[in-house]
Amino acid sequence: MGARYRSAAVLRIFTAMEPEILEVHCLIKQAISTLSSSRDRAEIIRTLQSVKQNLRGPETANPSPQKKEFLKTYYSHFLQVLTNNLSVDWLQLLPVNQEKELLDDFFLNGPPHEAFLVLLDTITATRPSLRQERCVAILEQFLQEDRMAQLIEEICLEYTSPHMSSLQETLLNKISALPDHMANKLEKDNRAIFYPENYYPLLGQEMVLVLERIYEQLKGGMDSSLFFVSQLLGKVCMQGHTDAVLHVLVPRLTILTQSDCIWQRISWRLVENVPERWMENVVSGFVRLSAGPNVLSRLLGNIVLKNKKANFVLTHKFLLLQYQLKTSVLQNLLGYLAGEKSRGCLLIEVLKKLLETWSNSSALRHTPIEQQLYISKAIVIILAELSDSEIQEHKRELLSGMMAGVECHLDSNIARVRQLGMAVAECLSARVNSGDHRLKFEYAEDDELRELKSLSNPRHLSSWEAPPQQHKDESSQLESGQSLAETSLNPVESRQNSQEVQDSESASELDSDDELIPYDLSIDTELQRNRAPVYISDSVEVLMTSADPEQIEITLKAVENLIRKNPTASREISVQLTKVLLHLEDKFNISGFTGLRQGGLVAITVTDTIPVTQYLTTEFYAVNYSLTQRLDILDVLALAAQELSQPDSSQRATNESPSIQLLKSETSGAYNPSQQWKKIIEKRIENKTQRFTRGASRPEPEAVPNRLSPVAGYFFFPLIRNYDRPQTPFDFLAEESLIMGRLIHTLAIIMYFSVNALVAIHMGKALLDFIWAVRYHTDAYVRQGTLFAVSSVLLSVPNNILLTEVPDELLEIRCWLADVAENDADEGCRRSALQSLLLMENFKKKLGVFTE
Amino acid sequence: MLEERGVWVWGDAEGARNFCGNSMAIPPPDPKFVLRGTGASVNTLHFCCSDQEDWNPILFSGSANGQIHIWNLKTHRADKVLESHNKQSVLWIHTLQGRNGLISQGRDAAVSTWDLSEGRTAVIDSIPLDSYGFCQCSLMQEGVGHYLLASPGSTSSEVKILDLPKKTPVWVLKPPADAKLGMPMCLKLWQPPSGSRPLLLVGYENGSLTLWDLSEKKMLSHLACHNEPIMCLDFDPERAKGISGSSEKLLSSWGLDNQQNLKLQNTLTLVNAGIADTCIRQDKKILATAGWDHRIRIFGWKKLKPLAVLQYHIASVHCVTFSDHVVPSERLMAAGSKDQRISLWSVYNKP
Repeated sequence: MGARYRSAAVLRIFTAMEPEILEVHCLIKQAISTLSSSRDRAEIIRTLQSVKQNLRGPETANPSPQKKEFLKTYYSHFLQVLTNNLSVDWLQLLPVNQEKELLDDFFLNGPPHEAFLVLLDTITATRPSLRQERCVAILEQFLQEDRMAQLIEEICLEYTSPHMSSLQETLLNKISALPDHMANKLEKDNRAIFYPENYYPLLGQEMVLVLERIYEQLKGGMDSSLFFVSQLLGKVCMQGHTDAVLHVLVPRLTILTQSDCIWQRISWRLVENVPERWMENVVSGFVRLSAGPNVLSRLLGNIVLKNKKANFVLTHKFLLLQYQLKTSVLQNLLGYLAGEKSRGCLLIEVLKKLLETWSNSSALRHTPIEQQLYISKAIVIILAELSDSEIQEHKRELLSGMMAGVECHLDSNIARVRQLGMAVAECLSARVNSGDHRLKFEYAEDDELRELKSLSNPRHLSSWEAPPQQHKDESSQLESGQSLAETSLNPVESRQNSQEVQDSESASELDSDDELIPYDLSIDTELQRNRAPVYISDSVEVLMTSADPEQIEITLKAVENLIRKNPTASREISVQLTKVLLHLEDKFNISGFTGLRQGGLVAITVTDTIPVTQYLTTEFYAVNYSLTQRLDILDVLALAAQELSQPDSSQRATNESPSIQLLKSETSGAYNPSQQWKKIIEKRIENKTQRFTRGASRPEPEAVPNRLSPVAGYFFFPLIRNYDRPQTPFDFLAEESLIMGRLIHTLAIIMYFSVNALVAIHMGKALLDFIWAVRYHTDAYVRQGTLFAVSSVLLSVPNNILLTEVPDELLEIRCWLADVAENDADEGCRRSALQSLLLMENFKKKLGVFTE
Repeated sequence: MLEERGVWVWGDAEGARNFCGNSMAIPPPDPKFVLRGTGASVNTLHFCCSDQEDWNPILFSGSANGQIHIWNLKTHRADKVLESHNKQSVLWIHTLQGRNGLISQGRDAAVSTWDLSEGRTAVIDSIPLDSYGFCQCSLMQEGVGHYLLASPGSTSSEVKILDLPKKTPVWVLKPPADAKLGMPMCLKLWQPPSGSRPLLLVGYENGSLTLWDLSEKKMLSHLACHNEPIMCLDFDPERAKGISGSSEKLLSSWGLDNQQNLKLQNTLTLVNAGIADTCIRQDKKILATAGWDHRIRIFGWKKLKPLAVLQYHIASVHCVTFSDHVVPSERLMAAGSKDQRISLWSVYNKP
């Protein structure tokens, strides 16, 4: 490129050479030849100084024609010659103290873009050498002296000239990627200033400088272009340095735009001029870093209306396609959208779009819950921003969206989704409906929901982090004033307090009941009107016939212990008791009812396993049971399996006898008097020491037979056998995804506890067959169940047996797991698929060991 | 139950106290006496011990079968049994002029006055009431033979003040219509020590308490101190402080400031819900509550410090009252219960 300029310049020289220009031409030509050939120190210095005069010249508005010509035509060429000369011996020719003056100033005082390009070209073209080192030093200097701002400004001024476009392109690339260039070239010798974390904030500062100069120009009535700055900003942001640059730029602009509309216009133009392909990064940076919707509004203006890309990004992409913005940022963005009248209708459109997604059951199933939370937050925030009249205007659409959304949220099997739906619907209906027609759901509020609901109050403007203001002093004064006021108030208050304390003290001295000594108050317990039954058959009687709430409560509390205390009696009526407990309803709102009933059912299942499991598994598929009862059956089976699979703690505790440690034989060392003396002391201490039990510190765990092993089949097979029988009361595969999911989970739990049982492989086979049918179920909960089942099969069935018995299935499952781990919408599914894959990998390793 | 606990031991708490020593909490005392034979649950009790020095102290009890027993506390037997109120439940009794007269309120919505002097047992007069509720009346002596009786009125929330023995209604106190206080549940008519104008405290069904100035027919103050109906209240004019119990677990004490405003002072949560009656002892040291949980509780009056939980009855305790013995050590506390017994206790009588 330099060559082209030169040739053009030469042409001009020959066509219309004026005397001054001719002079410059001769001088430079001579200087170049001197510099490239001469080794005479004095001559070189003289030459450089004479050229420098051209460069310097008087600093006036109209530079001399010689200077103009030099800068225009020869500057770049001259710099190249200079850089070519930078070698050890040549540099030695220059006097040390004048080196900067003679050499660096050429680079730092001329047109900055040419200097920049020459320096960068030289650095990238050369190998590590003194020349490169020198250039790097000069470039560092260049950056430190804010020449970059000069450069950008000049390019901005010359933006209109058409032949600049390719130069601009080059400069854009080089400036935005300077840290990369430098790092690639210099590797370990890179300077700190070229590190991205230093360079980009610097670039941001330079941009601020440029903008300030442009501001001055605009104020002076001159026209100016921001195009290059915008382009540079866009490019840098696109390369991922948004935060670094905008952390400098945004706070500065926030302050500057506060009261000055010219600055506001500058800021708007700055963003507007960013090319479309980089718009998103710039806008997202502004949205993230600006403090509050007002600030954002000042910085961005109406870009959302003017620029299509910005509109898409702000109203669609950030809200519906992504979900990474923090809540406060989201508030900022939506507040900005709500900000002005002209953008107002935008917000209601956005709300409708969001509601559409929110009420879409397919979207609900296939998007991660984090995104749903994000959308919910956005909806609630918008509701807070909208005015009542706007909401009433669009009431119909909002209501229909809400109804659809509530329906599909409540259909979900995941509690979090349901609660989210309820919370959003409450907020919605609180805004849409007036008076008593508001929706009100019952659910336990957690932090997430509380946060979500808190968003329904519009965020107060003062709550946004105040930008560093010029008015800081005032505010600090104010604060100090407040604190002063507080301190001045405090004495009064404290005095009052002390007085109060005194009052109460004196009152207590006079007014105490201390002379009255209380009796034992420990008998003051909750009144129990009825006695707990002592025999299990009595409790069955009570549970079947009694209508006395307290009697039932006491019986229910006692029943588990009764069953466990007297297994023989319990076995006699096990099925009847199970039936009674299963059909028991919580008529009296007994606290802990579910747990008590479950405890009883588990106890009876453990006590008399085979008949009770037969009964329960049959009833699970029988008609006329409520969903809760069926789910209870599953829970009881799982818990009973767990209890059976663990060593029987109750029996061991009774059987365990304190094992006695043998005393050491006293024969050893009997002839050693000191030893004997010690022994006597020890004996005495021993005699004085009381020990409650004496024995081995940790007894060997006693081997007990696995109680689940012989009966595991009774738990498992009746449950898995009947699910697709036509006589079952409902279609598991199609509708009841909740109970389906719970069934699979329960089967997997039983499978897991049947580790080491002989039937494990048969159970595993059946389970694998079973889940194959539902592995791509639409409901995430069912899918989670299937994945859980796979991992429990992998864990419970011995690996070698699994590999010999079901090798093909394992391969298929592996493909499926890989697919799930990659593509499933639900995070839980992905994670457990990954875990199962890991288990299979371990298999492979073991198998490798095995075959070897 | 009874035999198991050995209730017939007429022991006192002192022995037990000595036995246990000081380091451990003393077990609560047993009743001093138990009076049986009312034949129905005991609804109300009234002592009369200090009118004549040489006469036997007596206790009146009214029970659910309409009988009023006059118990001789020397012999522990019923001297007389009065049949009253058409065998309907007796709600409340009070003596008139020592032991020579009696006033009783029954569930037949009537108040009867009795002449008991010289062994007579005749109903002098019967005053029909407007209310069939459970609200007990309250009596205040204005002069010799001259009384004011507060009784629940005809419409809800209304309280009527009658002049005895003229039987004429003096004032009708109607709260504002929008107050929604519900029925009056308990009344307490009293004369402030300084002022001459009698004041009335009313506890209402909605758990709130009001103070009325009778002569001006004006509600002076209103305090919502319970969430459930107030079942009982008692007031200590010396300290200008009162206590109220309700069907919930809460016991509230409240005070009256110089501007005649009711202010909640202290609340105490009990173990079991429901307080049927409460009474502050004449010496203003302790107060007793009758609990639906069969227990009588004693508290220090100043700070509501729990002092004792007395367990004897096997059904809800309906009423509790302190005797007016002149000698403090002879003072008794009586409690009547649904289990048809009246228990007499001697607690905190040591000076």
